[in-house]
Amino acid sequence: MEKEILLQLHDVSVRFGGVRALDGIDISLDQGEIVALMGPNGAGKSTIIKAIFGLVPIRSGEVLWHGKKILPVPHEVVQRGISFVPQGRRVFSCLTIEENLEIGGFIVGDKKELNRRIAQVMETFPVLKQRRASKAGMLSGGQQQMLALARGLMTEPKVLLLDEPSLGLAPKIVKEVFAKIKEINDKHKTAILVVEHNIKSLLDIADRGYVLDNGRVATGDASQRILESGILEKIFLG
Amino acid sequence: MTHAAFYGIGAYTTAILLTKSGVGFFGALVLGIAIATAVSLLIGVVLSRFKGDYYALGTLGFNTIVFGAFLNWKNLTQGSLGIPGISRPELFGINFTNNFNFLILALIFLILAYSVARFVANSPFGRVLKAIREDETVISVFGYDTLHYKLVVFVISAAMAAVAGSLFASYITFIDPSGFRVAESMFILAIIILGGLANLRGSLLGAFFLILLPEVMRFVGFPSDIEAQMRQVVYGVILILLMLYRPQGLIGEYKL
Repeated sequence: MEKEILLQLHDVSVRFGGVRALDGIDISLDQGEIVALMGPNGAGKSTIIKAIFGLVPIRSGEVLWHGKKILPVPHEVVQRGISFVPQGRRVFSCLTIEENLEIGGFIVGDKKELNRRIAQVMETFPVLKQRRASKAGMLSGGQQQMLALARGLMTEPKVLLLDEPSLGLAPKIVKEVFAKIKEINDKHKTAILVVEHNIKSLLDIADRGYVLDNGRVATGDASQRILESGILEKIFLG
Repeated sequence: MTHAAFYGIGAYTTAILLTKSGVGFFGALVLGIAIATAVSLLIGVVLSRFKGDYYALGTLGFNTIVFGAFLNWKNLTQGSLGIPGISRPELFGINFTNNFNFLILALIFLILAYSVARFVANSPFGRVLKAIREDETVISVFGYDTLHYKLVVFVISAAMAAVAGSLFASYITFIDPSGFRVAESMFILAIIILGGLANLRGSLLGAFFLILLPEVMRFVGFPSDIEAQMRQVVYGVILILLMLYRPQGLIGEYKL
């Protein structure tokens, strides 16, 4: 059976002043798959995720959800079932782990359901359960990344957008983070779009990938074929 | 940074009603809060179009407009002549003409205002405000309408400023526009920053420090012809030193 396309960007362009950050981007994310977004600095990887959430203005093109155009504004996007874990973790350091998770579950509304989801994500991330009353600012970088992932799961999203989840983490922790990403995908069938510099770790868990160069999609293919094609060397090393 | 405008709205509402109508202090206080709330809601919606430095400049602009209105709307405010003869409150036969009684009244309002601020800070609403302070972009991606939260807290703080203005007008018994300039808003901001950002007790400490310090310095013994200027110099130096060596304020939990 063919997988359903959940999220699609069709001919999306973004400009920052005179600079064309994205130029006619066409990408899609199918149900339950992990898709990698790769490319050198300034290729437009993070801009794609920000464009989906309306954090950068889309100049032309459209964002489609189940084939229908949606307004790229955070409230609308979250309600559809898309969640975003931003680059650099960016947990709320003055709030406790539990409060961070409550913030992440804003659209849930019902307190009982919110508590059920907090308990559920804490099962996935036991380290958070042990320190639920600790201020997020007191956590290590790896634990903060786990909290950022857990916070992103509070809406039980159908699509999770991850921006550089391994940024600034030690190799051992990076391994744990990628294992958790795979676990989330396997357990909840959440489709995941990952922007990442750590290409080897990413392609190990990704089904497909897109390679970006100068705001355009240079190629989009299955992970193994991207690795074998030599395009990564060409784009990254010139 | 437009607190003096709402403080002034509360003060002028109270002064005008107490001197020109039969409304008592507490009625004038409620009306002052209502007007400050309505004006802050209106200006808050307009200012919400701005961000960062532009928002700060917009609030300063609003303070200047309100100050201009106090100065030039002579039929209502008597302009630079000010409004004299504002009466002190009276409640259940207790007359607050006596300074000690007024101190008790002011303390009751202080406790009320502190309790409201504490309740807001510890509520789920306050938690969202803390998260907005820390990272507005990130909290917006969870679906929060941050403008709504900022507008509500702006209105609450305007209402509180109006209460202070009402008490001030009734205590001093005379007001003129000079008490509601942008400089007054800067002074209030200095109290918050000096006492400590993100800490309610810090605001109290900052107020005690900045209001009592000039009084204490009367006893330092500067020559009488330069006493006033020297007080201002020492006051400025203390502020600069604190900002250099303790930018989060005396007991602050957040650094700008």
